[in-house]
Amino acid sequence: MAQKTYSGKTLEVTNEGYLVNQADWSKEVAADMAKEIGMELTPKHYEVLEYLRKENATGIPLTIRKVGKSGIVDIKGLYDLFPGGPLKFSSKLAGIPKPVSCV
Amino acid sequence: MRQIVILGAGTAGTMMANKLYKSLNSGEWRITVVDQHKTHYYQPGFLFIPFGIYKKEDVIKPKADFIPSGVNLIFSSIDRIEANSNKVFLEGGKVLNYDYLIIASGTKTCPEETPGMKDKLWYKEIFDFYTIDGALALQNFFKYWEGGKLVMAITELPYKCPVAPLEFVFLADAYFTEKGIRDKVDITYVTPMSGAFTKPIATKMLSELLKEKNIKVVPDFYIEHIDNDEKKIVSYDNQEIDFDVLTIVPMNMGDKMIERSGLGDDMNFVPTNKETLRSDAFENIFVLGDASNIPTSKAGSVAHFAAEILFENLMSAIEGRPLYAKFDGHANCYIETGFGKGALIDFNYTTEPLPGTFPLPGIGPFGLLENTKMNHYGKVMFRWIYWHILLKGKELPVEPLMSMAGKKTVN
Repeated sequence: MAQKTYSGKTLEVTNEGYLVNQADWSKEVAADMAKEIGMELTPKHYEVLEYLRKENATGIPLTIRKVGKSGIVDIKGLYDLFPGGPLKFSSKLAGIPKPVSCV
Repeated sequence: MRQIVILGAGTAGTMMANKLYKSLNSGEWRITVVDQHKTHYYQPGFLFIPFGIYKKEDVIKPKADFIPSGVNLIFSSIDRIEANSNKVFLEGGKVLNYDYLIIASGTKTCPEETPGMKDKLWYKEIFDFYTIDGALALQNFFKYWEGGKLVMAITELPYKCPVAPLEFVFLADAYFTEKGIRDKVDITYVTPMSGAFTKPIATKMLSELLKEKNIKVVPDFYIEHIDNDEKKIVSYDNQEIDFDVLTIVPMNMGDKMIERSGLGDDMNFVPTNKETLRSDAFENIFVLGDASNIPTSKAGSVAHFAAEILFENLMSAIEGRPLYAKFDGHANCYIETGFGKGALIDFNYTTEPLPGTFPLPGIGPFGLLENTKMNHYGKVMFRWIYWHILLKGKELPVEPLMSMAGKKTVN
């Protein structure tokens, strides 16, 4: 485990930088995490993050395909918003655990 | 007379029919199994067909041979389940009533879901090996192929038998080496995952093996379409990979009948309690094998372990007791690595594959996460075990829940 300072608070994160406590999340925390990887969050980004948090709470594993069907953004759009790791980066910024693949 | 209906006579449904028939009083219960196909395929054998190791006859037997004669076996397509009224409608209007329903309708490959997959190169230079037709077409292609770019690509998660594409590239390496043209064959493994496997310790072992065999890995590649004219796969973020022959795992989805019944998620898998194996929506519906959405491998070994748990819980439900048996997602997979060797992994929902010995602690004979000749023999023997023991619902000397005995923890 590691610690990071986001939005002026010291928070527990995993070795890969995912928040340990989902309750620590706020829009400001997400914005600070995004800055770290050189991203600026737009309202569309936040819309995706809110969707991911809501879906994650249901306990059903998230997939890129599912987000693509959400009506918020299609798969290409998701790649454009979070280049290089559409589900990994967006999950990290949404303060939810790293997506698991069903293997 | 009370009724249990099982939908699907594949690995899961056949095992369940045998288990239930042995345990339930035939004067009190009638067991019905419905499947649209008469042939049972030994699906783990499909992998060996492209390389001429197995023939078609090695992997097929009549389904009816494995269903006890006291079980009512119906060959028919299923139109839909009406779960509110406990009815199954077959094609042509026949209706089956049930007290308990077991859905074992599996998962299917859907090449039509990816643009350009089922197009002019389909079964000419683009193949799947998850169907008997695809595997045979590929066998024929490889016989005359003189080399070039071989790309093995996975379209979407989840898919049946997660280690099969890895085994495929290992076997391809051995096949083309033995043919004397390995230097003319460039093998690339393309996956939407971030590594060769999802779990870190197994990924490390498998990545080293891939490197040793000179197989390139392209991770985080999510296929958007296949360009048949330029012969390349294109990802959502516009990466491109050229191929001369593309072997592909098409998108996997549950049966269309699940969608017609309104019982599936967005990929037609049935939302199922991952511990009790009961449908989330209906108390008298259980789901076994690939048809469910439980977060573990879609594989026969999982269905086998889960069958024991489902059986316990179904008995509890029938007797009005709480469902106390809990499935842990146990999977056990032999991985063919070519040249007469194999690796073995054993894992569940929470424990990733670890090194060690299996099934006897310290003895084996199988080595976990090790590349050995003995593991390969395990895979070879398994075809006999499958037809003679597993399908008939007999006991295997392996516990349904995963055991830590014999496993070494890794830091």
